[in-house]
Amino acid sequence: MSKALGIINFAGNHINVGGLQDYRPVGAISFLGRYRVIDFPISNFSNSGIENIHVYVRRKPRSLAEHLGTGRHYNINSKRGRLHLLFAEDGMDSLYSNDVSAYIDNMEVIENSSSEYVIIAPSCMVFKQDFGALLDQHIASGADITLLYHSTEEAKEKFLTCQTLELNRQKGVMGISPNRGNAKNRYIFMDTYVMKRDLFISLIKNTHKTSAMYTLADCVNLACQEMDVRGVAHRGFFASITDFKSYYDANLSLIDFKTAQALFDDEWPIYTRTNDSCPTQYFEGADVKASIVCNGCLIEGTVENSVLGRGCTIKKGAVVKNSVILPDVVIGEDTVLENVVVDKHAKIIHVKEVKGTPENPGYIRRGDTL
Amino acid sequence: MKHNDMLAMILAGGRGSRLHDLTNKVAKPAVSYGGKYKIIDFPISNCANSGIDVVGVLTQYESVILNSYVAAGGRWGLDAKDSGVYVLPPREKADANLDVYRGTADAISQNIDFIDTFNPEYLLVLSGDHIYKMDYDKMLNYHKENGADATIAVIEVPMKEASRFGIMNTDENGQIVEFEEKPPQPKSNLASMGIYIFSWKLLRKMLIADMKNTESNHDFGKDIIPALLNDGRKLMAYKFKGYWKDVGTIDSLWEANMDLLDKKSPLDMGDSSWKIYTEDTNSLPQYIGAEAEISNAYITQGCVIEGQVKNSVLFTGARVAAGAKVIDSVLMPGAIVEEGAVVTRALVADGIKIGSGAVVGDANSENIELVAKRVKGEE
Repeated sequence: MSKALGIINFAGNHINVGGLQDYRPVGAISFLGRYRVIDFPISNFSNSGIENIHVYVRRKPRSLAEHLGTGRHYNINSKRGRLHLLFAEDGMDSLYSNDVSAYIDNMEVIENSSSEYVIIAPSCMVFKQDFGALLDQHIASGADITLLYHSTEEAKEKFLTCQTLELNRQKGVMGISPNRGNAKNRYIFMDTYVMKRDLFISLIKNTHKTSAMYTLADCVNLACQEMDVRGVAHRGFFASITDFKSYYDANLSLIDFKTAQALFDDEWPIYTRTNDSCPTQYFEGADVKASIVCNGCLIEGTVENSVLGRGCTIKKGAVVKNSVILPDVVIGEDTVLENVVVDKHAKIIHVKEVKGTPENPGYIRRGDTL
Repeated sequence: MKHNDMLAMILAGGRGSRLHDLTNKVAKPAVSYGGKYKIIDFPISNCANSGIDVVGVLTQYESVILNSYVAAGGRWGLDAKDSGVYVLPPREKADANLDVYRGTADAISQNIDFIDTFNPEYLLVLSGDHIYKMDYDKMLNYHKENGADATIAVIEVPMKEASRFGIMNTDENGQIVEFEEKPPQPKSNLASMGIYIFSWKLLRKMLIADMKNTESNHDFGKDIIPALLNDGRKLMAYKFKGYWKDVGTIDSLWEANMDLLDKKSPLDMGDSSWKIYTEDTNSLPQYIGAEAEISNAYITQGCVIEGQVKNSVLFTGARVAAGAKVIDSVLMPGAIVEEGAVVTRALVADGIKIGSGAVVGDANSENIELVAKRVKGEE
């Protein structure tokens, strides 16, 4: 049994995945048509042998609670392990609502855990990480806190809602600061922390006393002065679903099979809830190229460089290009879609053309009929 | 049991030897069908959707895979309290030696103790190797309304094919007056689907008598049904309308898969009110490459398609490489067609690789070619 308790945090107040987030927390947003963003951190924990997982929820819990259910589909031992939903008590509108206030609200549960360590991971980032190996590395290093980061050369254009780590030559963390987009090389902080549970508890309690509005990142930033905080580099695919554009880009980037292979691995399955959809039917006249297609679709039209969620209907003459179509969407005859994200259950029947641009993709709301 | 007081027993012991290499390692009910399913998913899902809580699966031939597969009742939702899927291979008992199931009826007889623990009013006996969707609860209502001792589901088959089936001759009310196994001169075209509802008390009595009868083949069609008729019992024929297919041969298995390509497929796999449940795999969604050409195909998750697919059904994890062509064919789970290979009118078995540039099958062949061994590519 793992020595660590897994904690999955909700998206911070600075994160806004335009449109999509109005209906559910970021973790519950559909990803690649078949997954939800939160399937990635939970699968990482489960595959790492961490079977006690706390998932924090603060707003619109319905779709997340529905998707997670008992957690059995994440391959967590049903007796020894547990997927625990914990709720922030402060309302979303409250300025005080942040990760630390949610941990305070649920302090009893954290204190009751018998795990020696905690690993905190975000619900809004997509990557593959062996947390067992990360924990071993943390213990071997003797550091107080280990933070996971991803080195990028695209910090000017991407990860603009993320935090960055300031590292010294020995990978010691000197501070945590927002990515202001003024340099192309940055160490993007993956909102992932490893530390002893006792340290976590005392940090939370002290932070709350210092400033009731401080987040865990603020507090670790301050702790860098007196504690041994180290960075560990993550390699492989990394996407941060922290605004609308990054959601769109992350989906489209995985259409390339080679890119996808850096995220998906037979030995490291990503679990999700099955919907028992039947296979997808491609009819005469269908023309599908360079796309990811989920089960349960009926396709008669053209689909190019797009992600097609589960149970979508693409009618004759319809053209879907560079778009992300969430599950159960109907695209009517001769309708042309380009560079758009279509939210679940939408029907585009009467409007014959919806176009965004790659820089500014369009968004069609959940359940809308156009 | 709380819902309809009916317990289901699925006969899944047969090898299905006419499926040749497909059933070398697994029993026929465990053979894959329809992209992501196994044949046995159909009767078990039908049970789950009909409100039957307890399902016994009688296994015998190469049962290891089938046993572990059906034992996980959760995938059909049959895992609530007082609900479950029970795997029932022949077993040694305190008062009887280990013996194989000598026939379909004997398989039930040897499990009378199991059935008795649930004390059902009715027993549903199914075969585990047919593809169809059916509401057994409606059939039970028909059984009750008619005050029948046994009800047998029948389907109308073309008269010229009727001599291949067990044929029920009925009176104008649907009561069975005669049963003929594969009659040379059929009097009716109502074929038995191998789906029986019995009132358990009566069947129990008949089975105990049958076990002792040394002349008996211990078979429902050959022994139990005729014995009930001789006894003057009320046997009703329940007419089923819809898709029903015995996938006993490579050709019929291929055909049943091809039936799914029909836009108006009567099996309607997409009907969300009567889903067929199956094993959940962790495979990726379908990856369709930039040069892919797909037309008239039924494809499931885990497939990676970079070549051409036409009139074909592709199962979980099948791959078609660039420049390869798959036409009028079925690729079973994990089958791989490498670059430039051409597959026509073939059924490629689980995990089989067709090497680059190889050609298998023939557009003009009479029978579907079963490819169950690796085909080497061009050097």
